[in-house]
Amino acid sequence: MLYFVARRLVSALSVVLVTLIATFALFFIAPTDPAAAICGDRNCTQERYNEIKKNLNLDQPKVQQFAEYTAGIFAGRTFETSGVIQDCNAPCLGYSFKNDRPVTQMIKDRLPVTVSLVAGYAVLVLTIGVFVGSMAAKRRGTLGDRALMSSTLILSSVPYYIVALMISLYFTILYPILPRGGYTPLTDNAGKWFAGLLTPWLVLGIYNCTAYARYSRGSMVETLSEDYIRTARAKGLSDRKVTYKHALRSGMIPVITIFGLDVAGSLAGAIFTERIFDLPGLGNLVLQSLETYDLPVIMGTVLVASVVLVAMNFIVDVAYSLIDPRVRLS
Amino acid sequence: MTTPAPEDRKDSMAESAGEQAAAAADAKRGPSVATREKRAGLMNPSGETPYLVVEDLTVKFPTADGVVSAVNGLSYSVPLGRTLSIVGESGSGKSVSSMAVMGLHDRKRTQITGSIRLGGDELIGLSENDLMKVRGDAVAMVFQDPQSSLHPLYTIGNQISEAYRVHHKVSKDVAKKRALEMLDLVGIPNPIRRFGQYPHEFSGGMRQRAMIAMGLVNDPKLIIADEPTTALDVTVQAQILDLLNNLQKEFGSAIVLITHDLGVVAEMADDVLVMYAGRCVEYGTAEDVLANPRMPYTWGLLESIPTVSAASEKLRPIKGLPPSLLNLPSGCSFNPRCPYKDRVKGERCTTDLPDLLPVDGAGAHTSRCHLHDKASIYETEVLPRLS
Repeated sequence: MLYFVARRLVSALSVVLVTLIATFALFFIAPTDPAAAICGDRNCTQERYNEIKKNLNLDQPKVQQFAEYTAGIFAGRTFETSGVIQDCNAPCLGYSFKNDRPVTQMIKDRLPVTVSLVAGYAVLVLTIGVFVGSMAAKRRGTLGDRALMSSTLILSSVPYYIVALMISLYFTILYPILPRGGYTPLTDNAGKWFAGLLTPWLVLGIYNCTAYARYSRGSMVETLSEDYIRTARAKGLSDRKVTYKHALRSGMIPVITIFGLDVAGSLAGAIFTERIFDLPGLGNLVLQSLETYDLPVIMGTVLVASVVLVAMNFIVDVAYSLIDPRVRLS
Repeated sequence: MTTPAPEDRKDSMAESAGEQAAAAADAKRGPSVATREKRAGLMNPSGETPYLVVEDLTVKFPTADGVVSAVNGLSYSVPLGRTLSIVGESGSGKSVSSMAVMGLHDRKRTQITGSIRLGGDELIGLSENDLMKVRGDAVAMVFQDPQSSLHPLYTIGNQISEAYRVHHKVSKDVAKKRALEMLDLVGIPNPIRRFGQYPHEFSGGMRQRAMIAMGLVNDPKLIIADEPTTALDVTVQAQILDLLNNLQKEFGSAIVLITHDLGVVAEMADDVLVMYAGRCVEYGTAEDVLANPRMPYTWGLLESIPTVSAASEKLRPIKGLPPSLLNLPSGCSFNPRCPYKDRVKGERCTTDLPDLLPVDGAGAHTSRCHLHDKASIYETEVLPRLS
């Protein structure tokens, strides 16, 4: 088991390294002028342009530029802006000259918002989605199964942003039965934190649990027809134990793969949800930095997103091996 | 579930005496199928009081193409300590009938009629909750393929203790102790280490032993073994059969052994029931059925066993395929494949379903065939081909 985890960890780290190189290459080695891009085109003075160029050692060989960029991530570096030296502590993902702030700091400010949103969403989507899917699988072919499955299909065929916008408009503004979206740090006021996130959680969770219900149903239908389920029934186990202990454990394996990728994707920025419910999370940061073409921020968020993805994959792999002992062998 | 109390025994004996009287009365008016089949079910060929009595069991599955009658009017009985082999091709209804005994069919999609009595208690019509108490406790099942019948994600020990804890309110430690005992009993070396291993760490034979340990953990009175050796290596098959035999001697359980392998039948069975297209076509003690079979289908099964000594011979299969259960041939279900049907006068084989009748007019050995000279055909034509 330990060996398995160690091996997966090594491969995960090497993927992160490759992503780092790829991100850097995308923005610095491509035939563009990174200094001009970082400086922006509206209020970029020649002075500032030169400053950036010097700061980023753009006149040095690419390898050295990359080395400094990487060193910044692990050890921190400094930037000079308008004659003032700015410390950028490790992990330094660059410096936003547009906002006069280190990128890492900007991401750190936004991260708790997105993590709060995704954590609640993950709980909802797993419990409701899997439960609905298992119920439908157990009653497959019956009216209840068909009703559940067609309603999930109808709900998920409406684009998400329409559903979210409508719910936000009707249920939090016109007929305010749900609290308005917003973010208060958990440490400041837990009640307000919960109230502000409740609507986004529900909307994101219920909308996406339709997909989970269908995945789980398919997977559970298959598992419930396995011979070992018949064995479990032959032992005299109750229907509930057969479904929610014996079948669920095998039936969850494919669902967990999708769950891992989904959570990773949402952590990198649940853009629609954050925008519609006014949550200052990573998704909003990505959107802002794209609008203003704030290159260091874009690079930083891309890197964070890919690290999150790799980390989630690693977690999914470990979860697999905990659920299925056969995985540990291969 | 307990062994039948002495009163029950008297009752059932009185009942069967009554049946006989009724049958005798019927005989004056001509034979009645129902009473004869009922009697065949109640009385075991051995004459002992049965533990499991199946009477006129019918299992139907409504499908989009029509109702499939997987089992039709099946009757048999098994006393404690005896082994009944149910033999037949795939789709003959052997597994379906024993799944019905376990109550494992989906209630909403299956129509089951008839009677299944276990130690005198009727199982048909029991609620799911009451059936749950019987399953795995009084009746246990050993399945065909231990690879797919054991849960791949739980340890062997966990699965065996779970089976014990379903029917006994005991702590995990007690259940573990019991599971270790069982592993030892079925001949798995080093039970303590094996307890924590997963099915994929077991060999095929060891897996089937574990499966048997799981089945026997609650000391069931009836064991239904559904082709327990089919998925196993030939050398391992013999070991598993020996194990079942020894365990039966030790615990005195009744065994229903489903198989299509007549070699297994010869080794294990006390009684044999041959099924074809959902019906019993021949039923009697193993001696009667194997040494004096009285039904062309049974002859075909015996002839199709490959022999090593007859070096020049090719395999002699039963020609044709089993009929579709959705659309059974009229008359005797076996008639399209039967090489002897021309010897029956008229078109009886294609028009009348033969009754299950005693082969010698009175005994417990019954078969379902219109042929008059079954005994002489067997002795003069079939037997020479078998040696």
